[in-house]
Amino acid sequence: MEFRLTEEQSALRESVREFATEVVAPVIGDHYERGEFPYGIVKRMGEMGLFGLPFGEDVGGMGGDYFALCLALEELARVDSSVAITLEAGVSLGAMPIHRFGTDAQKKRYLPRLCRGEAIAAFGLTEPGGGSDAGATKTRAVLDGDTWVINGTKCFITNSGTDITDFVTVTAVTGTREGGKPEISAILVPAGTPGFTVGPEYSKVGWCASDTRELSFVDCRVPAENLVGERGRGYAQFLRILDEGRIAIAALAVGLAQGCVDESVKYAKQRVAFGHHIGDYQAIQFKIADMELRAHTARLAYYDAAARMLAGEPFKKQAAMAKLYASESAVTNAREATQIHGGYGFMNEFPVARMWRDSKILEIGEGTSEVQRLLIARDLGL
Amino acid sequence: MKIVVLVKQVPDSGAERTLKSDDFTVDRGSASNVINEMDEYAIEEALRIKEAQGGEVTILTVGPDGATESIRKALSMGPDAAVHVVDGAIAGSDAVQTSAVLAAALGTLEWDLVLCGAEATDGRVQVIPHMLAERLGVPALTGARKLTIDGDSRTIERQTDEGYEVVRADGKAVVSVWDTINEPRYPSFKGIMAAKKKPVTTLSLADLGLAPDTVGLANAYSAVVSAAPRPARQAGTRVTDEGEGGVQLVEFLAVEKFV
Ligand SMILES: Cc1cc2nc3c(=O)[nH]c(=O)nc-3n(C[C@H](O)[C@H](O)[C@H](O)COP(=O)(O)OP(=O)(O)OC[C@H]3O[C@@H](n4cnc5c(N)ncnc54)[C@H](O)[C@@H]3O)c2cc1C
Repeated sequence: MEFRLTEEQSALRESVREFATEVVAPVIGDHYERGEFPYGIVKRMGEMGLFGLPFGEDVGGMGGDYFALCLALEELARVDSSVAITLEAGVSLGAMPIHRFGTDAQKKRYLPRLCRGEAIAAFGLTEPGGGSDAGATKTRAVLDGDTWVINGTKCFITNSGTDITDFVTVTAVTGTREGGKPEISAILVPAGTPGFTVGPEYSKVGWCASDTRELSFVDCRVPAENLVGERGRGYAQFLRILDEGRIAIAALAVGLAQGCVDESVKYAKQRVAFGHHIGDYQAIQFKIADMELRAHTARLAYYDAAARMLAGEPFKKQAAMAKLYASESAVTNAREATQIHGGYGFMNEFPVARMWRDSKILEIGEGTSEVQRLLIARDLGL
Repeated sequence: MKIVVLVKQVPDSGAERTLKSDDFTVDRGSASNVINEMDEYAIEEALRIKEAQGGEVTILTVGPDGATESIRKALSMGPDAAVHVVDGAIAGSDAVQTSAVLAAALGTLEWDLVLCGAEATDGRVQVIPHMLAERLGVPALTGARKLTIDGDSRTIERQTDEGYEVVRADGKAVVSVWDTINEPRYPSFKGIMAAKKKPVTTLSLADLGLAPDTVGLANAYSAVVSAAPRPARQAGTRVTDEGEGGVQLVEFLAVEKFV
């Protein structure tokens, strides 16, 4: 039973922390305000190998593991969530399906550039008609000779419309299974394929420097070999991808929750009211103590889920619990941090305002809190 | 090209730093210690030269046991090996003595170029590169904001207050750099993992053939005789503008000889 980081894990954490405070923190507010994707930051994240963290050196990765990715996500999100989600979606939704289920040719062709952060990829599952009920996918792909013809719409897809987006892996109905259920497969669609249109950037409440788009496919044709993994296994595959992704989102949420503590401690020591620093008042101290408690507990939850996953043990419930607890902790911490900052907490130039805006989506993306509770209850035999 | 980069461990300049009350040396125990910031630029420059033309980069550190942490971090950026000169007798050495230790350590290595930061954020004496070059009998190219290696010649743009000077030397040289020269990389996970396996050679004064009584606080050429913390900043003058604000502002600037 050991929940301490190794020397190398600590060094990675330290390195990302320095990067986040020195490179991200000074400029991200402007990107956020203008709703601009931070190309310069992403380039440097690529140079330091963050996009290749869990992949082997044979494909240009860093030879680390999924936990290393989580540590990096936590440290980035401690400063800013837009860059953290860009990394999370790029690695665990963009590159991971290819790494896990792709053919050798797909891996060779796409992973090296993704690992270096020169290109990013997206995963398109959610549709305007529904996200939680992923089995109800309406997008269809029909095999015409050796070509898939795709028709349908995806919405809220992260990293799908940047200048460096290489491809989007989309889920589509490719037939009917025995018993009448739809057969769902995953198909890789390169950016720029005729018939594949990327909509304008949404106006979002948070994650404003992250790229989110609606995608439409009208008689979009890609070669049959662009199938990712087995035909008809698309549903099972993305469930695996989402289970893992939840640990990553939990790590990101812990980062935000901890960032709220950092900012609140700093502010409570500076701000004076009624002749004392507000940090001298127990009401504020207790708020911050509870925030630290939530961040710490959520961290343990994701460490545990990651440890199980890396040991090859079942981790679905643990991942769901980590994601659920961490995201709710992030929302609560962000609300409290804003409260501690008073009116300044409502001003966009303060990091806590950004954290508050960024926190809510954590209870929605990659499985809503209700879906996490469903998964936990199901695991309990309900 | 074989490059040696001088790396010093210093107290974090972003945190509270203190001098010891008895001998006025830097209190390294209480501070969180980091790589001297300017040295990271020297490491980056060395790595870029190696990436462009091949070669080997070795870190050279003179410092206490605890400096190994900074050496590992430096290695995780990409250099191949490190030499750590550690000896209790060195504590409190001044620049003249430190340059002698560095020169002796360089005598145990094969090198074509020595790169270092233009200053360390603790002592800020800025003389080590010059002293070291003198001891080694090689040119000192100091205060570089740009370094170009072309065959045997090394050309720098030396940063000055007014602009820059172009200075060139051929063959072996000591080059010191400012933080305008490049943008140091952050250690990658691969670099961090690789650093574990890189050789770090530890040398004592005896290994370098230096007598203990030539170094250390007691034998230093210079001594800090007293030190006092910087006085707290005075409250400024507040001028309320009642139509005369501009005039008062100019008067203030004139009195302070700004205009
Ligand atoms: C900024 C952003 C980025 C995103 N990035 C991506 C991406 O990269 N790729 C991608 O595929 N998707 C992405 N999404 C989509 C996201 O995963 C979905 O929004 C999410 O899964 C919820 O789906 P929905 O919006 O359709 O809500 P719905 O599924 O319509 O849910 C609406 C409400 O009903 C609840 N609900 C649904 N079913 C049940 C049930 N059985 N029992 C109880 N309650 C239920 C939900 O919890 C929720 O509260 C992103 C979304 C956002 C906002």
